[in-house]
Parts: sequence; C-alpha cells; structure tokens
Amino acid sequence: MQITPSHLGSYVALAAMLVATVGCTGGNKPAANGEGGGSGSTELVKLQGAGASFPALLYGAWFKTYSTEHKGSVQVDYQSVGSGSGVSAVIDGTVDFGASDAAMTEEEMAKVERGVQLLPMTAGAIVIAYNLEGVNELKLSREAYAGIFLKEITKWNDPKIAATNEGVELPDEDINVIVRSDSSGTTYNFTQHLAAISEKFNSEVGINKAPNWPVGTKSKGNEGVTTSLKQTPGSIGYVEYGYAEKTGLSMASLENKSGKYIKPTIASAQAALAAVEFPPSLIAFVPDPEGEDSWPIVTYTWIIAYKTYDDSKKMDAFKDLINYCLTTGQESSEELGYIPLPEAVTSKVKAALDNISAK
Amino acid sequence: MDHPTRSPISRPPTPFERVTDRVFRFACSAFAWLTIIVMAYIVLQITWKASPAISEYGAGFLSGRKWDPNTSEYGILPEIWGTLYSSLLALFIGSFFGIAVAVFLSEGYLGNFVFRVLKLFGIQFHRFWGKLPAWSEATLKNLVELLAAIPSVVYGLWGIFVVMPMLREPCNWLHENMEWFPLFSTRYQGPGMLTASFVLAIMILPTISAIARDALVAVPPKLREASYGLGATRWETILSVVLPTASGGIFGGIVLAFGRALGETMALAMLVGNMNTIDVSIFSPANTLAALLANNFSEAGSDEMKVGVLMYAGVVLMAITLFVNMIGSLILQRATKGLKGMR
Repeated sequence: MQITPSHLGSYVALAAMLVATVGCTGGNKPAANGEGGGSGSTELVKLQGAGASFPALLYGAWFKTYSTEHKGSVQVDYQSVGSGSGVSAVIDGTVDFGASDAAMTEEEMAKVERGVQLLPMTAGAIVIAYNLEGVNELKLSREAYAGIFLKEITKWNDPKIAATNEGVELPDEDINVIVRSDSSGTTYNFTQHLAAISEKFNSEVGINKAPNWPVGTKSKGNEGVTTSLKQTPGSIGYVEYGYAEKTGLSMASLENKSGKYIKPTIASAQAALAAVEFPPSLIAFVPDPEGEDSWPIVTYTWIIAYKTYDDSKKMDAFKDLINYCLTTGQESSEELGYIPLPEAVTSKVKAALDNISAK
Repeated sequence: MDHPTRSPISRPPTPFERVTDRVFRFACSAFAWLTIIVMAYIVLQITWKASPAISEYGAGFLSGRKWDPNTSEYGILPEIWGTLYSSLLALFIGSFFGIAVAVFLSEGYLGNFVFRVLKLFGIQFHRFWGKLPAWSEATLKNLVELLAAIPSVVYGLWGIFVVMPMLREPCNWLHENMEWFPLFSTRYQGPGMLTASFVLAIMILPTISAIARDALVAVPPKLREASYGLGATRWETILSVVLPTASGGIFGGIVLAFGRALGETMALAMLVGNMNTIDVSIFSPANTLAALLANNFSEAGSDEMKVGVLMYAGVVLMAITLFVNMIGSLILQRATKGLKGMR
C-alpha cells in the first residue's frame, strides 16, 4: 500500500496521544504520592492546579509572575479545564489544588479523605455578551434574558426585547444562543441567578454546572464561548466579564433586583458583592444581589486546597503562593477584569490558611 | 576470496547466530501478538466498563433523544444520526474532490503541463530541468497527502476562523431563497453540520485520493491503449474505461475514509455545535458520538454510571466504525483480485 503519509498521520496522532498520556500521568504523580517536592533543599517544588476557566485569565497572570519570581524553586501550573473537572481532579487526587466557581458541595467534600479548604481568591461578574451588528447598547429586562435562555424568545425583534430598547433597530433575525459544553462554574452561577429570577427556569432547567439547556449551541470553556460569540453574528451568550472586555464584545445592560438597568463594570460588581458575609466555610453565593447599583450576576471563585499535604515543602510553597495572590496579586485583578477582594475577606482567607497542615 | 570455506554463505550458522535468529523470530511474533492482545484488551475493558450502563439502559439508549446527566436520562440517537450524517456529507464532498485529485495525479496532467512549458524554452531534456515534470508530480502528490498530517485541532481552529465566516453568506442566501428545500430549512448559525462536514471532507481527502490514485495507476495500460485505439478521446477513456475499472478500489478507499470520518473527534467537537438535535437541514447544529465523548469524559470523574454511559457510547461508535471498515477492506480485496488477471 502506498498510503504512508496518511499512515504517518495516524502515527503522529498516536505519538501525540502517548505524549499526552505520559504528560498526564507525569503530572499526576507528584500529587498522588507527594514526592514532587523532593528532599533536596534546592529542588524545584511543582504545584499542579486545574479547574475553573472563569478566573483563568487572572490565575494565569498570577502564577506566571510568581513562578518567574521564584525561578528554580517553585513552579506553578494551572489548567483551565472547567470547574467540574477541577472538583473531580481534587477528588481523584490528581492535582495539588483545584479551582471552582461553584465552590464544592457537601457531598463532594465528603469524598476527599484529606479534607478540603476552600479559599475565595477573587470575584467576577458574569455578563451577557452579544454580537449584533449596529447594536452597541442593549438593555435586557429580567423577563427578556430569562426568556432567551428558556427558548421563549427566539427573535431579536421580540416585543419583550424591543420594549426596553426604544430607538434601537433590532433585526428580524433568530437569536443564536451559545452556552457551555463543559461542566462549568460560570454556568452554575448563571443558572443560579436565572433560577432566582424565573420560576419557570428553576423548575425546567434548574441550577447546575451542566444543565440540559433547552436552547443553544455549545462551546467549551469561557474561551470557546467568547470565540463563538465573536465569530457568530446574531449570537448571545454568557461569559466572565474579563473575557468580554478583553475581546471587545458588546455586553448587555441588565435589569437588577431594584429594577434599574446596570452596565457591567468593576464598580457595579463590587457593589453587588459588598453585602456578602462569609460563613466559616468561606462559601457564599449571591444569586440575586440587593442594591440599586448592583450588577445582578456576580460570584466569588475559589481555590480548593487540601487540608493536609504529604510534603511540608509543597505546603509552604502553596501557602506562600496564596499569600502572594492575596496581597500583590490583588493589585492586578482590576486590570484583567476581576474584582479585588475587600480587606475583610483577604484577612479571613489568610486566617483560613492555618487550617492547612502537612503530615 | 581467500578462505571461501569461511565465508558466511557456505559455513553452518554459529550457535550465537542461531540464538539471535531465534530471539529475533520470537520477538517478532511476540510483538505481533501484543498488538492483537492490546486491541482485545481495549475492547474488553471498554465493554466491561460499559456493562453497568448496558444493563441499565439497554437498547433504549440507542433510541433515546435526551442526554441529561442531572436526571440520569441518557440516549444517543441524535449522536448516532449526527455521526452518520456528518460523515456521509463529508464523504459526498470529499470523494468528489478526492477522485478529481486522483485523476489529475494519475493522468500526469501537471507533468505534461510542466513539460510543455519547458519545451517552450527548449530545455525539456535538460539534465536538471528535464526532471522537473516528475518532481512537480511527486510534490503535488505529497502535498495532498500531507493534509493527513495536520492535527485535528488545527483543522478545528481553521474551521472556526476561516470556514465559518466563508460559508455564512452563501448559506444565508441559500436559506433565504430555498427555504422549502429540506436541506436548507434552518438558518446557518455557524457551528453545525455543514461546517463540520466541510472540514471533515478536507480531512479525509488524502485517504480517498491516495487510494483512488493507486487504483487508477493500477489500471492495466492495455485497457487504456485499447480505448484510444478504438478512437475514444481522453475524457471518454477516463470516464468510461479507467474510472469504471478502478471503481472497486476507489470505492474501498471511500469506505475507509468513511471509517475515519466516523471517529474524528476534536475538529468536530469544535465545529458541530454539540446540540442534541435531529434535523435534516445541513445548517442545523448537531452532535456526534466522538464529540459527545470528548465533551463529557472529563466531568464523568469517578461516577461509575456516568463513565458507563460514555463507554457505552464508545462501544456503539466502535461497532459502527468496525462494521464500516470491514466492508471497506472486503471491497478493496475483491477489487484488487479482479484486476490481477488482466495484467
């Protein structure tokens, strides 16, 4: 047979698969048996994290800076695989820390023998971004955006959308809804908000990291949804504020609990989060924040740490990393589209670090 | 030769040579068996992991239309439909171009063209330039086959950033003007059947063109000459003598490409829209088995049933692919057998 090049293709694919598998198992090892830190004093400590794509822009920046500053002693890797995968990675023990913006359920926490400590690291707003030529300002009432994601509103010039957008020329086109294909904390918070404002959404779709959407094509990760929105005229979807801001997507103003239409900004998201009081578990959600100037869809996002680490070097490196993120790191939050944690919260998180120990 | 008796040919093998020979033979058969064992192990393991789901959902899994991990309702009919539909569509586009490329390559059009250009300069038999026609042919052939070496993800990205915007205008026009035609009955959204199939067609093109070219080259020159002798033109010869003679091989190649299209994952997960719908419209978003697996396996975690349903879907995909590949090999075998006597 003379089809060597196409055989070559399959070899390449096979090789890539092998590399990927080896890469994965290689990454798994340090967490699984705690030998990653090694015993020598100059040895490189590797911290492997995975989870939410929502804060990935910020984590990426933090971990990169931290790793460069501690070149040769600590290296932090973070994979933006989605909150669902982040939580299962923590349960399976394949990472040193996870990340999730749906926090973790009691049930999931019970599965981790080593115990988990959730640490809120930053907060962000989820925005409804859209791609509609000629429409730069769009106001969506609660009824309108819940209806879009329930497949009740399917045309851009639906009276329910038109009612709040006088003077805006809305085309007679189908609304192309884009949702997440992976299990996602962004989705969790978004559905939590929709369930809070719409009884129908609550009963038909419910709060979930990967609900059975009645509508929408699916893309993977905040990155994927952003790309799809950019590429598809007439589309609408939900992403983290930073992603929409960075790529210049138009974001809709949404009606908040007090009936005011709010533009997504760092300030309006901060206003929404101001009232959140953390319980000792450091897990709190605000499905529908109060306040005149509050952006309606906000969430904290957490790093999931184990309560015990096998290796004290690894634990020290991890604590130092978190301390860095809580102090210097917070300064870069706003620039990347995230909300810096208030002073009261950072001190609580720092105190919670004491719950983490090494064997 | 000074010592003919000691030359390796005439003397008996030394014990060392005998041992290495044995070891080599053993290693070869061991590796050959290992391949088979690994294959069997994979199939067994997947079926084993799928067994809880198979006993729980049974045949209803194949006809269900809903995939909802939250209510534990699983059905893969939309995925089976999407897998077959996208592959067939890709095959339709891909074989058209693939066979055209194969004819172009096997008939030496490019070589002749280069030869004629060289002739203009009078250097067609030059020591260096004279090789150009053959080289250009080989380059073109390798270029087409190089398409197979492009990673799937790259195809996916290309689909999102190049194919989707490119298809949007013509598809919208088709939808607006020919909405009555079932294939164009929904609006083109971007990710969907057509985008996925279009990219898939390019991915399977090298498989089709390589095998089709081999089949065309294998057509006995006698037939071609006889056709010309009877006064047929070149096109008549190609269309009514060469292509029909090679049709068995070409068809086999198409079926093998079909097998590849069925299992293609990454590019499809990025382009097909991942929506569980069954719609004949080629603009509608859909889902395929491979994309379903790619999107869901990372969330399945350690939940036995969630892993089980995915494995079950994997078993179905394997069964479909195996079936198609077997048919392909059979056809290919029969086609080459028929040609042997004519040489």
